[in-house]
Amino acid sequence: MRIIASTVATFALAGVAAAQSLPPPGATSCSGCHGTELSLEPFSAEEIVAALAAYRDGSREATVMDRIARGFTEEEGRAIAEWIAENRHED
Amino acid sequence: MKTDRRGFLAGSLALALAPGYLRAESTARIVVVGGGYGGATAARWLGALGHDVVLVEANRSYTSCPFSNTVLGGFGTMEELSFGYGDPGPVRVALNRAETVDTTGREVVLADGTALPYDRLVLAPGVDLLFDALEGYDEAAAGIMPHAWKAGPQTELLRRQLEAMEDGGVVAIVAPANPYRCPPGPYERACLIAHYLKEEKPRSKILILDAKDQFSKRPLFEEAWAELYPGMIEWVPMSAGGNVIRVEPEAMTIETDFERHEVDVANVIPPQSAGAIARAAGVADPTGWCPVDPGTFESTLVPSVHVLGDACFAGAMPKSAFSANAQAKVAALAIDAMLRDEAPPVPKLINTCYSLAAPDYGFTVAGVYAPQDGLIAEVEGSGGISPVGAPREVRQLEAEYARNWFNTITGEAFG
Repeated sequence: MRIIASTVATFALAGVAAAQSLPPPGATSCSGCHGTELSLEPFSAEEIVAALAAYRDGSREATVMDRIARGFTEEEGRAIAEWIAENRHED
Repeated sequence: MKTDRRGFLAGSLALALAPGYLRAESTARIVVVGGGYGGATAARWLGALGHDVVLVEANRSYTSCPFSNTVLGGFGTMEELSFGYGDPGPVRVALNRAETVDTTGREVVLADGTALPYDRLVLAPGVDLLFDALEGYDEAAAGIMPHAWKAGPQTELLRRQLEAMEDGGVVAIVAPANPYRCPPGPYERACLIAHYLKEEKPRSKILILDAKDQFSKRPLFEEAWAELYPGMIEWVPMSAGGNVIRVEPEAMTIETDFERHEVDVANVIPPQSAGAIARAAGVADPTGWCPVDPGTFESTLVPSVHVLGDACFAGAMPKSAFSANAQAKVAALAIDAMLRDEAPPVPKLINTCYSLAAPDYGFTVAGVYAPQDGLIAEVEGSGGISPVGAPREVRQLEAEYARNWFNTITGEAFG
């Protein structure tokens, strides 16, 4: 628990403090679920954009992400995906 | 160095372990009162942004309300709910009770008389249970009819009562009117108590006496009750006489508008308000909750004071741990911008509330929110509940994700 927890915190905190860009609207909510568990780290920005689009139009099976993706436009989804990809850690 | 602050932070993966590194760069003093899901998250993010942060919390460790119903169900432990403040990164933790706030002099006064000056104050005190709101239900009554709406000894007491009850007993859950902490909580609790009773005391019954006619995720709960616990759970809505007007702990009776119920275990969840420190600071309105700006969570009543989580009135956002955590991050970024004389970003926020109907049976309500006309509104077309009638594999998957969520969010809030 301890090890998982500190890695998650690092991901989130490293993200918030990124040099280039402030998190776009909605992006900081993602780490409520997506940390070391349900991690987004393996995915590129393009993959996240595609997943959000497929959740939004219902072509990808979902539990909860379809209901969340529908709250964001394509542009908002892209901004979030790029921010997440930009702020993943490199270790 | 100053211009590189954010770049440095981004590269510093050991940030949370590097106390004091950045303090010299920030001159603003931020006090955060309350170390729950909202306050602990806000303190860590503000600390990571390079501010001088003191987190004021009366207890050495935090006991999570989310997942506390698993203890009542007999498959979770109190240890799994307990989180410390041992490694708060650059945040200083004051283990003390905040007594009052001088919002003119901008100081938080602690129980030992210490005054903590602030430039920005974050209040995340959670809820107070209103012991004078329901006749017969005072603090002493909670020792006989536990509320278990603040996890800890009350959770353990209710669990012991369930263990001691004979087969064939009646467990009453008294559910309050809106708004209150964790809208689906009473109904998840009915499920998980039923999960325990079904195995150990199958002739027992659960009676939910409700002050309302609707509740969160109702179609999903009713489906789960019928599927998993047929005949065990009876929900009595307000319009059918569910509204409780009096309790008598010694006699173990609960009186509604129409009837007097004698029960074996009584879980009374009373009406609630924002925590006392919010009322002392003058940020609560006559409803007992704290109106806030939807973009910054700054109080609309007192400047420079931000209110997060269950204590605030967040429009369409429910009072959940996920909401508190999401609000904390939005508020932290807003405070950071405001302290640099920049316009705070216009946020969007997400909420996802998991409920368990059994250890391997979960479902959700979710929503996406944005400021609209001075309040937080749900984004049209977003959100909603898990599909009714979904296959069991989907319920299993959401139960797994519920655990992932719990591990992730507690990691972010408590380290």
